[in-house]
Formats: sequence, C-alpha cells, structure tokens
Amino acid sequence: MLPGTARRCSAPGLTLVGRLGSLRRGEEVLTANLSAASLPADATGWNVERADRKGDRADLELSGRLSVRCAHAAVRRMRALLDDSPARVRVGLERLEALDAASAAVLLELCDDLRHAGAAVELGGASGRVRAILELVEARPRGGPPRGRSAPPGIVSQIGEATARGVAFARQVLDFTGQTLAAAVAAVREPRTVPWPVVTQVMERTGADALPIVSLISFLVGMVSAFQGAITLHKYGADIFVADGIAIGVTRELGPLMVAIVASGRSGAAFAAELGTMRVSEEVDALRTMGLDPFRYLVLPRVLALTAMVPLLTLLGDLVAVLGGAFVGVVGLDLTFSAYMQETRRALTLAHVLTGLSKSVAFGSAIGMIACQWGLATRGGAEGVGRSTTSAVVSTLFFLVVIDSAFTVLFNAWDV
Amino acid sequence: MPGTSELHIRVSDLAVGYDGVPILENLDFEIRRGEIFAILGGSGSGKSTLLRHLIGLAEPIRGEIEVDGAKPKLDGGAPTAGVLFQSGALLGSMTLGENVALPLASWTDLKPHEIDAVVHSKLRLVGLGGFENHMPDELSGGMKKRAGIARALALEPSLVYLDEPSAGLDPITSAELDDLLLTLNRGLGTTLVVVTHELPSIFAIARRCILLDTAAKGAIALGDPRQLRAESLDPRVSAFFNRRPSGGEAHP
Repeated sequence: MLPGTARRCSAPGLTLVGRLGSLRRGEEVLTANLSAASLPADATGWNVERADRKGDRADLELSGRLSVRCAHAAVRRMRALLDDSPARVRVGLERLEALDAASAAVLLELCDDLRHAGAAVELGGASGRVRAILELVEARPRGGPPRGRSAPPGIVSQIGEATARGVAFARQVLDFTGQTLAAAVAAVREPRTVPWPVVTQVMERTGADALPIVSLISFLVGMVSAFQGAITLHKYGADIFVADGIAIGVTRELGPLMVAIVASGRSGAAFAAELGTMRVSEEVDALRTMGLDPFRYLVLPRVLALTAMVPLLTLLGDLVAVLGGAFVGVVGLDLTFSAYMQETRRALTLAHVLTGLSKSVAFGSAIGMIACQWGLATRGGAEGVGRSTTSAVVSTLFFLVVIDSAFTVLFNAWDV
Repeated sequence: MPGTSELHIRVSDLAVGYDGVPILENLDFEIRRGEIFAILGGSGSGKSTLLRHLIGLAEPIRGEIEVDGAKPKLDGGAPTAGVLFQSGALLGSMTLGENVALPLASWTDLKPHEIDAVVHSKLRLVGLGGFENHMPDELSGGMKKRAGIARALALEPSLVYLDEPSAGLDPITSAELDDLLLTLNRGLGTTLVVVTHELPSIFAIARRCILLDTAAKGAIALGDPRQLRAESLDPRVSAFFNRRPSGGEAHP
C-alpha cells in the first residue's frame, strides 16, 4: 500500500476512512492509521507500526484504542505487516491505551496462529487495565477445533445415515399408526373413555371456524374453473355445459382437494405446533405420568374431529363452488340461474358426491394422523416445533396428492 | 424425618443415556420409604436423565430399577407416583383446577363436586387456594411449580419425583417451596426424590443424596449431604458442596 492512500473499510455498519501513513524502507517502518467516524469516542483510532531492527525479528507496536468493532481491521493489518513470516515477533502494547475482551481474544488468536506457523511470539509491554483484560482472556482455554464440529462425512456415511434415518422414521410412523389404531379400538370398546369435550372443541376449531375461508376459496375455485371451461365451451356454443364440468369436477376432485389443502394448512399446522409445544414443554410426559395415554387423549380427538369435519366442509365447499360457477354462468355467459342449476342437477349423480366424500374422509384422517405424528415427534425447543410444523404441512400435502391419485385410479378401475 | 428402613426404590448396575450411548453407568443406590432423597450434580451431569428413567419415561441401557419391587412402567394404568416437571408442565389449555382434577377424573369414581373439593384442598395445601379458575399462563414460575405439586399429589401417591423444583425461583419462594416439601414429607410420609443443584435446598430438605459427575460418567458420592460436605476427601465432592469451581470446562 502506498503512502497516503485513502481506503475505506467496508465492515458492515461501519465506515472507516483510513489513510496509510509513511512507508520508509530505510528503517522498515510501516504505519497503518485508521479512524472511525461512526465508532464511539472511546473506541476510535488505533495504530499499528512495524519496526524491524534485526533481520529475523519483527517488532509490531499497537497504539490507540482497540475495540471489537475495529479488532478485525487491526489484526488483518498486522497479518499484512507480517506477510514475510518473520521467525520472531514482538507485539508491543506499551502505547495501547485500551482494548476490550473481544479484541483481546482476536489479538491472542493472532498470536496463536503465528506460533502455529513456527514463529516465536512475544506479547509485551501491557500495563494496567490492558494487562488485566489480556490476563482474563488468556486464562480461558483457547484454541483447538470448535466443539461439535468435525470433518464433513463422506458420501458413503451420508447414504448410510440417511438410510438409518429413513428406517427409524418408517418404524416411528408404523409405531404411531399402530398406537393410534389401538387407541381407536379401545375407544370403540369403551366410548366413555374418549375425551368427547376435547373432540367437540377441536371440531369447532377445525370445522365451524374454517367455514369463512373454505367458502371463499370454494367460491373462487368455482368461478375460476367456470371461466376456464367457458373459454373452450363458448367456441362450440356449449356454454350450458360449464355447469356439468363444474358440478362433476368440483364434487369429485376439486372440492375435496381444496378443502383438504385448507385443512392441512390450517388445522394440520395447528395440530403439529400444538402437540410439538406440548412435547417440548413436557406436557405429553406429564400426561403419561398421570396414566393418561397421549394417543387416546391428544391424537384420537384430533383425528376423529378432522375425519368428521373435512367431509362436512367438503359438502359445503361443493355447494359454494357450484354457486361460484353459476355466478360466472349468469354474469359472463348470459345463462339464467335456474337453467344453470337445472343442468347441474341433471349432470350430478349421488356417485359423484360420494366419491368426493370418500376421498375427503381419507384426507381428513390422513391430515390428522400425519400432523399429530409430526407434533409428537418434535425434539428440541422452538426451532423443533417450527421444523415439525413445516414437515407436517409438506407431508400432508404430499400424501393428499398420493391418496387422491390412488382413489382416482381405483374409481376408474371400478368404473365409478 | 419420617424415613423408614423399608425399601422403596432400588437401583442396581444401572446405565442410562440416549441412543444406546451411556452418560451414566454403574449406578447402585437405594431409597427408603418416606425419605427425601436428592439427585445432585452440575448442569449436564445427567440428573434429569436419571430421573426420567426412575419415572419410567425412558428405558435403561443396562441394569435394573425397582419401585416397590416392580419395574416402573407407564403403560396407561393408574399412576403410582406423582411427578413435578421442571417447568411445571401444566396443560396450557386447562385451568389450574382442571389440571389438578384431570387425574382424579380419570382414575377415581369421585363425583364432580367431590373432585372440586379435593382440587380445592390440594391447591390450598400448596398455597394456591382461590386460583382454581386461573390459566397456567397467568401464573408466575413459582406458582406453576406449586400447582404442579398439587397435581402430582392429586392421587395421594406414596412417591413424588420433583425435577428442579426451586430452579429459577427467588430465594424466598424457593425457601417456601422447601418448607412445603418438608411439610408434605412429614405430614403425609411421602417419599420425595428431588433433582436439584441448589445448595440451600439440598441442605434444607435432603437427608440423603447421590452426587453425579459428568467426567466420571456416574456417581461420585452417596450419603448425607452435610456429612459429605464436612468429611468427603474427594476434591470434586468438596468443590460441589463448597461452591468452588473445579477449574475444568463443562463437558459438551
């Protein structure tokens, strides 16, 4: 760096406008002098000089006030001044007025690095508070690799670990499914033992409270589908068949799927977060120590409630989506409302509605079980709850599509 | 102190840990009926892990735990012990009264008005009379712990496990809680197994203790805490009871 070169330190939140001092080859003195306008008064300005008086020994002299905000810049400068790797280094602190514990740690780390590289390092001349802080930081063990970190595992280890995790997860899912079924069987044998007040409470939350959002989404889905169908059907003068398309498409496919997606995002996420929080705050363990089965007490009411409410919401969603289609038919296609509804009635059979409802029963129980499984599998604190909630929603969405595909193939095979 | 010579809990050659990796090994101790027994140790020494195994919430890697001559099991049957968890672990969706009533409604044939009477008496016992309709999030940390004790005592267990009952409490609340535990122990003859690292609590309530150590991966002392403080020649035991740093860093 040339004498007098201005430079700007780009540390975040920090604007250091620096001016390099003189470089005098005769006496080998290199000075870096930076001042920080944005630093507090007690932390502004540090200086480091190198004065080599003997061939293999470098004398660095730190002066001014060193703080955590400028420690990195100071040490980087010191490293630059020592890039010729001298065998012996003395860091003189006689003129250092102040430093804080963080900058002391950074300075000591530099000394460790230099020693590691084979140099004999001496940190000297500190007095008063500077010395006390250095002694305090020096007294704490430093060095060595950071705890908990190790070399990244190889590809074989990663495959092995992923497989083991997959097997453990599959076992966990099987265990969960088995315990939930056992709780369901026990509930059928002794319905009195089911916490019915909890079931009705969850039904209200997952069903009644979801009416506005389900209605709005279904209406919009009906409208959008009608618009899309109308573009093609209008070309053939078959506007009225929009009603057929909406009626069949919504009741068999779109209605159950849209309601299930809403239930997954709303109730599934809530179940996972709720049970996850109970898990990390030891409430699930507390239930077990009171002799109460978490599956019967926590999982079963939620699965039952959702299995009952998703089909009911689907019925409502189907109706509102048909109304959405009718709105487009009346406003956009000049159909009369009665003609639209008459065509809907003609196209719709009980089989269409029942196929959709059977899907929604499966969707409801799947959302409940998957969400509760993730909730009860929560480990760790708040982060673990977040992870479980995300996993619950992603897993339920995935399984909704899988279940939907399976039902569609089956209905097709059975010609339903 | 109503400790008797009758055996309540026996632990032999116990190894506990996570995922098959032991963090405590070769544990052998006995707890007598009616005594207050403390499980001691620094942070991360495995106190709560040992407690979870004693309760039956986790399976040991090796060895045996016998409570009243049988392996502790949480198989959905009526509980034989009460547990106070570190945070109180009150069910957040229920009032205090409902929390205490839950085990009574599940495991007794008491009528609702009788359950109310028991709940009221338990809450009064722990100094929370009149708080039946409060939700857990309306209570301070000390009140939650006292409510947790009331719930743990609901079914009149002969054994209560307490995980750090006085952690995070101010000295006065902590001393009140110690008094409550002593009252329960003296009045009801309940065996109390207390996990703690609060020295004032240890000396106030415990007559026997086991001291766990991370580096030793097991117990380094067993006996009367006062005696251990006065007579133990083990520097680790002395360091713990006399609040002297042992110099090393904590183990991860």
